[in-house]
Amino acid sequence: MKHLDEFRDASLAKPLVAKLEKAVTKPLRVMEICGSHTMAIFRNGIRSILPEGLQLISGPGCPVCVTSAPHMDAFIAMADMPGIRVAIFGDLFRVPGTKGSLSNASSRGAKVDVVYSPMDALQIAKNNPSEHVVFLGVGFETTTPGIAATILAAKNDNVKNFSVFSTQKTMGPPMKALLSDPDLKIDGLLCPGHVSSIIGAKFWEPLAADYKLACVVAGFETADLLNALILLARQVATEDFKVENTYTRAVSYEGNARAMKMVDEIFEPADMNWRGLGVIPNSGLKIREKYADFDAEVKFDITLPEVDEAKGCMCGQILKGLNIPPECPLFAKRCTPANPIGPCMVSSEGTCAAYHKYGL
Amino acid sequence: MCIALPMRVTKVEGNPDDFTSNQIATVDADGIEQQVRLDVVDIWPNVGDYLIIHAGFAIHTLEEKEAKLNLQLLRELAEGMPDELIS
Ligand code: SF4
Repeated sequence: MKHLDEFRDASLAKPLVAKLEKAVTKPLRVMEICGSHTMAIFRNGIRSILPEGLQLISGPGCPVCVTSAPHMDAFIAMADMPGIRVAIFGDLFRVPGTKGSLSNASSRGAKVDVVYSPMDALQIAKNNPSEHVVFLGVGFETTTPGIAATILAAKNDNVKNFSVFSTQKTMGPPMKALLSDPDLKIDGLLCPGHVSSIIGAKFWEPLAADYKLACVVAGFETADLLNALILLARQVATEDFKVENTYTRAVSYEGNARAMKMVDEIFEPADMNWRGLGVIPNSGLKIREKYADFDAEVKFDITLPEVDEAKGCMCGQILKGLNIPPECPLFAKRCTPANPIGPCMVSSEGTCAAYHKYGL
Repeated sequence: MCIALPMRVTKVEGNPDDFTSNQIATVDADGIEQQVRLDVVDIWPNVGDYLIIHAGFAIHTLEEKEAKLNLQLLRELAEGMPDELIS
């Protein structure tokens, strides 16, 4: 589809920069919720052309970054159990718990497989019947449907040596918690692209109404992002707060009904611990009792250890948009991508990693 | 995690209403064939459609007309929008 390349056309982006300049007539603070947006904004150089008065702050949408230290410790303990093989998305490998990372566990002999898809983890289980494979589920609305489909496939194929440790999270509750924080002043949300693909643009309407927030769903190309920022600035200027969708090629108003049905079949809402934000009621998803055979937490009777987050690491503040990475005393000194102290420096979508990579 | 480009469908297998049938599409990514799951795709794709893929699962079927319309809106904003509307 040649049109897909055209979204990257520089002739499209150039006039948008000028429009953005004009559109910002009042100072505004916009939170980009999604880690992929954070990276796209840095990579496309958008931060360097932002008009004065428009401030971008990163939010809690990097799945690895919001994985709590107790969960990381439980993941590592799981990997160390005999007869267990854990499968993870690559970003999780080097995230520190309180006593090392899965990478450390792997070097002392734990079996840790990095997979591209939860389905690959199921295949590993099928290929290794003498081991139990646990997929360590981390992610938001975009990732959960695939994990749900994998659990259903495991049941259909009668696989007994596969389960999922779910720390799946949903966007609504933490956003409400953040927006209710009087210390955090936000005028608009750059709403995530692919999360919205699942939950639909309509999901953001109550937030726009209740918190008087400009909300624009955006794609990941330069033109998409500039377009979204222009619309956000205009909403703030005219105080006409609503949800606009600039990523119609991927996001519908209603969302993806098949995916949401699949998630609802396997998962139910549960309280969830977030790094930096603590336990937020009903902000997570646990596996329904009907599928308990595939729930690693039930199967192995896991209780989360009570541990503190890494000392001195400001990830929590950064995930809440209250601080930026250079304000962390460890940033680029003791904490670097080669030697990360907190998850925001590990993940390819982490805000600290982005600031470090792009030298800000 | 989210930015993968849409990929073109070259083959579709399985039954959209039967989750026990293997719901798989073959997609072409720069000449390399790859299989993706269709279990949670919003609209069952046809050969020639494009898929947005996340962790091995297609989550959205992108029709050419949709992409065209989206592009047209961006172009209008870039070129056509009178500035008076902005301030
Ligand atoms: S720079 Fe490192 S220690 Fe500081 S907040 Fe970021 S991840 Fe944590």
